Amino acid sequence: MSKTNLTRRGVLKSGAVAGAGVALPTIFTASSAAAYTNEPTGSTVTLGFNVPQTGPYADEGADELRAYQLAVEHLNGGGDGGMLNTFSSKELKGNGILGKKVEFVTGDTQTKSDAARASAKSMIEKDGAIMITGGSSSGVAVAVQGLCQEAGVIFMAGLTHSNDTTGKDKKANGFRHFFNAYMSGAALAPVLAKAYGTDRKAYHLTADYTWGWTQEESIVAATEALGWQTVNTVKTPLAQTDFSSYIAPVLNSGADVLVLNHYGGNMVNSLTNAVQFGLREKIVNGKQFEIVVPLYSRLMARGAGENVKGIMGTTNWHWSLQDEGSKAFVKSFGTKYGFPPSQAAHTTYCQTLLYADAAQRAGTFNPCGIAEALEGFDFDGLGNGATTYRAADHQCFKDVLVVRGKENPTSEFDLLEIVEITPRGQVEYAADHPMFAGGALGTCNPGA
Amino acid sequence: MDAIILQILNGLDKGSAYALIALGLTLIFGTLGVVNFAHGALFMIGSFCAVTLSKILNLSYEVVDPTKKDFLGNPLKVKMPYVESWFGTDMGAAIIDWSVPLAILFSIPVMICIGFIMERGLIKHFYKRPHADQILVTFGLAIVLQEIIKYFYGANPIPTPAPAVFKGSFDFGVILGFDPNTIIYPYWRLVYFGFAALIIGAVFAFLQFTTFGMVVRAGMADRETVGLLGINIDKRFTIMFGLAAAVAGLAGVMYAPINSPNYHMGMDFLVLSFVVVVVGGMGSLPGAVAAGFLLGVLESFASMNQIKSLIPGIDQIIIYLVAIIILLTRPRGLMGRKGVMED
Amino acid sequence: MLGLNKKDTTLLLVVAILTLCAPFILNPFPEGSALAQFNAGYPDLMQRFVIFGIFAIGFNILFGLTGYLSFGHAAFLGVGSYSAVWMFKLLSMNVIPAIILSMIVSGLFAVVIGFVSLRRSGIYFSILTLAFAQMSFNLAYSVLTPITNGETGLQLTLNDPRILGMSATADGSIPVTSLFGLEMRSTYQMEVGAWLFQFNAGYYLCAAIMLLAFYLAIRIFRSPFGMMLRAVKSNQQRMRYTGLNPRPYTLAAFVISGMYAGLAGGLMASMDPLAGAERMQWTASGEVVLMTILGGAGTLIGPVLGAGFIKYFENIFSKINDNVLHSWFSFLPDGLEDFIVTIVHPFIGKGWHLTLGILFMLVVIFLPGGLVEGGQRIARLFRGKKTANTSKTKTEPAE
Repeated sequence: MSKTNLTRRGVLKSGAVAGAGVALPTIFTASSAAAYTNEPTGSTVTLGFNVPQTGPYADEGADELRAYQLAVEHLNGGGDGGMLNTFSSKELKGNGILGKKVEFVTGDTQTKSDAARASAKSMIEKDGAIMITGGSSSGVAVAVQGLCQEAGVIFMAGLTHSNDTTGKDKKANGFRHFFNAYMSGAALAPVLAKAYGTDRKAYHLTADYTWGWTQEESIVAATEALGWQTVNTVKTPLAQTDFSSYIAPVLNSGADVLVLNHYGGNMVNSLTNAVQFGLREKIVNGKQFEIVVPLYSRLMARGAGENVKGIMGTTNWHWSLQDEGSKAFVKSFGTKYGFPPSQAAHTTYCQTLLYADAAQRAGTFNPCGIAEALEGFDFDGLGNGATTYRAADHQCFKDVLVVRGKENPTSEFDLLEIVEITPRGQVEYAADHPMFAGGALGTCNPGA
Repeated sequence: MDAIILQILNGLDKGSAYALIALGLTLIFGTLGVVNFAHGALFMIGSFCAVTLSKILNLSYEVVDPTKKDFLGNPLKVKMPYVESWFGTDMGAAIIDWSVPLAILFSIPVMICIGFIMERGLIKHFYKRPHADQILVTFGLAIVLQEIIKYFYGANPIPTPAPAVFKGSFDFGVILGFDPNTIIYPYWRLVYFGFAALIIGAVFAFLQFTTFGMVVRAGMADRETVGLLGINIDKRFTIMFGLAAAVAGLAGVMYAPINSPNYHMGMDFLVLSFVVVVVGGMGSLPGAVAAGFLLGVLESFASMNQIKSLIPGIDQIIIYLVAIIILLTRPRGLMGRKGVMED
Repeated sequence: MLGLNKKDTTLLLVVAILTLCAPFILNPFPEGSALAQFNAGYPDLMQRFVIFGIFAIGFNILFGLTGYLSFGHAAFLGVGSYSAVWMFKLLSMNVIPAIILSMIVSGLFAVVIGFVSLRRSGIYFSILTLAFAQMSFNLAYSVLTPITNGETGLQLTLNDPRILGMSATADGSIPVTSLFGLEMRSTYQMEVGAWLFQFNAGYYLCAAIMLLAFYLAIRIFRSPFGMMLRAVKSNQQRMRYTGLNPRPYTLAAFVISGMYAGLAGGLMASMDPLAGAERMQWTASGEVVLMTILGGAGTLIGPVLGAGFIKYFENIFSKINDNVLHSWFSFLPDGLEDFIVTIVHPFIGKGWHLTLGILFMLVVIFLPGGLVEGGQRIARLFRGKKTANTSKTKTEPAE
């Protein structure tokens, strides 16, 4: 390398040329001919399944992945067709979507918003995924939803329960089938009032992040409307593993109900600790002390073992439902994998089917066409009764299950029993409800 | 008042877990000069010893019960543990019920073996390498160990209950003259505290009153001179590593009923235990124990509602805040010695 | 040239050529082939390579030269990201003010944390930095949610003010980050036969900044200041006896290194306007430590290699699933195919952590100087013994 040819002038010149070279083509990922991001041109269409494969929710992620694979199999005409046979829309014929064979790529969200976005981006940029779906936490769902909006692909949310996903963080390209914290509160409160009376004093332990807060807000509002008092609401750090110092003061506070706004590992540990402290054997204010876990996950509840017996909560779906859709899904999932599906598996399976059906009805993979087909779509036969995708916020409205930990489980899967199927009308709310205010869908973005 | 007593109890209980883990970590630090990022994994493996034993005891054959149906509508296969068929239903059920205490016996040889293999096979070659290399290799090892556990047991926590007699809680308030139900504390946590005190006492007695312990203590103070005296310090260090692994493992076994074990519990404790060790002072066993209890108690106090309402979020940062204050006021932690791990 | 000696110039040029041609180099396999899974030449991952490269280079200025092992460096990265996103929310979508602000804020953060932490050395210093970073993470996740948006991470919305820009574009979506109108996400695609190469504006901006950062690092390594930092590492006592106070030097190194991290954070937010609290967690701090050690602490190029290595595994190996495996081995007879897939299965997809852990151990056991040493050994094999000592250009151990 001789030093002479690198004069200041020379550097400036070459820099300018290089700059111009970079600046010229201002085209986003898709080539200019495409009408929208990752328009499938071949005989196949690629879906991106973005689930937690490492970290504390890895088992839920694995169950979601099983459901996705099953859904793809059914869409391509394999297996027994599962819920395709019970789904009220009969557009899907088992020959893929719009005649294109369905293929998929998988990624690991690690339950971190950063990693989830990296993984989703690689699916969009590298693998040409036309739709992203999955996830097992609201933080990840909101983050990936934002990304999909920018990139111009559809996001079909997986397990996400925070009000924000279809509230202040809603996006035109994002859709949620799963229920939310408000619905949990609205469904649970009347059942609690019936079972435990209307004169109760509740003590809340809440995971100290956005999901925990929205759930606490929803449950407090719903129970107070029925006459309960809220003695105290205490935030617990996310990283907490031992909740003893939060649970120990509960009995002394005069409360007779403990509400655990925790999910996953937090929920397993706080419930286990609460039962260890013997709370459930105590009589306070002349009433039996009760514990409530507003959001149940059967997979995680297994970690709490015997402690879940008799504890009330809500879930989006349970395999013991006896409608035709649920039975068909449990049968094909159970036959393939040997155990019943979780609610995470159910919601992701439904989301895949709903996406495929919308594309089929719209006659295009264009995100705007699909969004239009999903908005205000009424359907049935997917296990939750008659359901509507509301156009105003892209939230599904359907029945909510109130469940209780089973006293005499017959197997390791038989953990919960259904107490009540709360009809959809009871959990509906206005799109501009204060708990969901502050955001806007914006307009659908097809990319390109 | 009662709230304060309650939180002291809580703190002692948390502190005993921290102290046990920190004790093993300090033993390895002090004797071998190795930064062992895999120590949390040893604690986790200890917990999984309890899980494994309870799985072994629950090994079952299947009996078809035609009166019940499984989720697909086929006749249900009911599981019958072999233990129950060998020892009779009552005796068998009792054995299964006591699986966690039994796991103590099971885990000691297992953990010592794992410790020996780790030290002889890997750590030994890293005594003379920089701390950075030790961190990298032990961190890699920790990941491998936890992924192996995850491969066999999944990512979800696995319930491992304590024996039925320890269920429920003990009412201290009544003894101390408070109203009933003001100070209640679970039996198993009391057992844990006692057990931790026992182990800590045993380790100290071992180091203090045996010749072996004396040599190890001398080795901690000045390894070279002890080697020059013609004492085979390496062999003793191997044994110390096994001992540290066993202490971590026992802490894990007994912890299993408190929080259901999962594969990443070691990582959850890792950072905390390093903070405890450093706050206690590098190379000081009493320091590690004292710091464990101190941080446990302070953490419990910080979670009291009265204090949280004064300083929001204090329970999120208390441990780290205390660590910073102590390290700034006492340069080598509570009882650290000069020159250990300072370069 | 540029005040560098010949070896350093060669190194800088090699790095420059490699980064500029990365879209080709990282996409060796044709589109649609079975091995295309291993292609890393898509914008997001290439950006990550260079951004984490910057992060690791900065970390190495502190750790490689002074020996101070900071276990809380991710805090600066996180702070940088938050500042950049706030800049996008309040001021404009131009990346320049965002990057500048992120460097300033993280620099200020580093001054405060460094001033306190550098009062101690060795592991006590590590724990102090760890404590500061963990406090930042815990607070950002919970109490500071109004500033950081907690769990979800700070994102742009349609009703941000953006004084010098627009809140929403004409078609009602959030504007994208740009450099004076050049959109960071704009990508030029070049199809050559079966290959598809992607040239992304954001990547080239990051790459240019990384080259600048790398050049600066070389200059620091070779400067009297760098010499002083090495003196801190080898013997602080002796330094004090000669009448020099090491504190200002270490603090300067700490702040520079913190600003590098802030720069990386600002760039990350510029490429993808989101700032998550997890960026500050101890695992993230640990990651940059691992990157540096894995690549070769104290070497110039090592940290960049380490960063690339870890990010490659995170993004490529985690995406391989059983279907992909079956397609690779489909040429084998059925039984054998299933057998091999079963063997490989635990190491890919959800097992990528396991593979990474094993590789950490293998590298540190067999290559004590990190990946750089591996490169040197290979180079030595080719060159023969005669020129063995010339390969020192790359290592230049800090002591």
